[in-house]
Amino acid sequence: MHRTMLELPVRQPGPLDRRDARSKLAALLVFLVVISTARSAFPETAAALALLLAAACVWARLPLAAALRRAAVVVPFTLFFVLVCWMAGEPGRGLALAVKSYLSCLAVWLVIATTPLPALLRGFESFGAPRFLLMVAQFVYRYLFVISEEARQMAQAALARGGTARAAFRLLGFRAAAGALAVLFARSYGRAGEVHRAMLARGFRGRLRCLDAPRFRPADAAFLAAASLVPVLARLAAERLA
Amino acid sequence: MAAALVEVRGLRFRYPDGTQALNGIDFSLEAGESVALFGANGSGKTTFVMHLNGLLAGEGSINVCGLAVESGNLETIRGKVGLVFQDADSQLFMPTVLEDVAFGLLNRGMEPAKAADRARSALQAVGMSAAADRAPYHLSAGEKKRVALAGILAMDPEILVLDEPTTFLDPPGQRTLADLLRGLSQAKMVITHNVRFAQAVCDRAVFFERGKIAAHGPVEEMIARFDWDFVTEPTKFARR
Repeated sequence: MHRTMLELPVRQPGPLDRRDARSKLAALLVFLVVISTARSAFPETAAALALLLAAACVWARLPLAAALRRAAVVVPFTLFFVLVCWMAGEPGRGLALAVKSYLSCLAVWLVIATTPLPALLRGFESFGAPRFLLMVAQFVYRYLFVISEEARQMAQAALARGGTARAAFRLLGFRAAAGALAVLFARSYGRAGEVHRAMLARGFRGRLRCLDAPRFRPADAAFLAAASLVPVLARLAAERLA
Repeated sequence: MAAALVEVRGLRFRYPDGTQALNGIDFSLEAGESVALFGANGSGKTTFVMHLNGLLAGEGSINVCGLAVESGNLETIRGKVGLVFQDADSQLFMPTVLEDVAFGLLNRGMEPAKAADRARSALQAVGMSAAADRAPYHLSAGEKKRVALAGILAMDPEILVLDEPTTFLDPPGQRTLADLLRGLSQAKMVITHNVRFAQAVCDRAVFFERGKIAAHGPVEEMIARFDWDFVTEPTKFARR
């Protein structure tokens, strides 16, 4: 048994885990609208929303440092736009874009980390997202583990014969490394075919069915109301104070 | 005499790369019978069982429970033939063990609550109740094997097909599995290199050789005829 970098931290479920996925997705949507449309007094608004997200992380019993680190995954993607804005003489706009992206990613991570994937996908489905697309998303997630497992086994085989990926690249060059990558994809493709056959063998007809139907409780409605209202109020307060 | 559960006549199959995997298979399986499938690696055993529920389609005729294996009957036939794959990782794709075991039941249209109960019972039968809420990819290889078996047992098929069921199982696990299988009334086909397991579970054996069934008969007879066991003289490797 091993864990991969794709996985979320092991932890005790917090209060946010108990909320219906639809209420979390709707609240997330409100948050994203609030932050993306913030124009005036942006530093103050961003600070208020960042504090709000940090408090939500603590409330949800998520490791704050890990959350901040993981949200940084979006930074490289925004660097290009920051650079373009900076070259166009608008460094402030570029910085605001980077901060908005980072905080949006943090909010998304907060929802993902507290919602099992099937529940999340069901939430999207109830909002009208195409079922086929959601099924593809579920399998992409599952196959990421398959590919990482194949890669891990190949790396272990290399280590067992006294090699490392870096050493192999240095000694054998790009061609050998590309070959190893091709083998990885071929093995993963083969495994994906097997998984599909196993699904067909158990009567799969193109739709993944779930064991538990989601229930929207009064507590979910109360959470949605509060989680939608607080970012709006935080932004209004920040704009008024500035 | 009652009709055979599985009736295969003249089955041939060639993979797209040109490998002739099956070269005229004739086979039948009666209700309640347990058959071991012996043969060297690459002799066509797995390819053969993949034909029984239409995962592969070759030339020849296959009838399962009186139904021809063809596209119109596949849904029914796949409910009757429970196939436990050689590599359990291929079979476990849902986020949790319980959901994976219930996968086939939900596909059949069973109510979620009833499917969950059946899935829990199947997990209990293989001694994996405690893993119900775990992610399948976090289980050990032996645990995955047991969960994969539970996924098939939950569907209560008429024919159980197990491809190398003892791989990754420790001896107590193999013993438990043999006891479990002996207690099931379904007809069974077991692909295995483990002759002791075959002796414990199966009534007869067929021996595959280069895509054909070279012989069939009692398990002991097949083992003796093809020298299909790993036996050394005890003194040969004894410490001096």
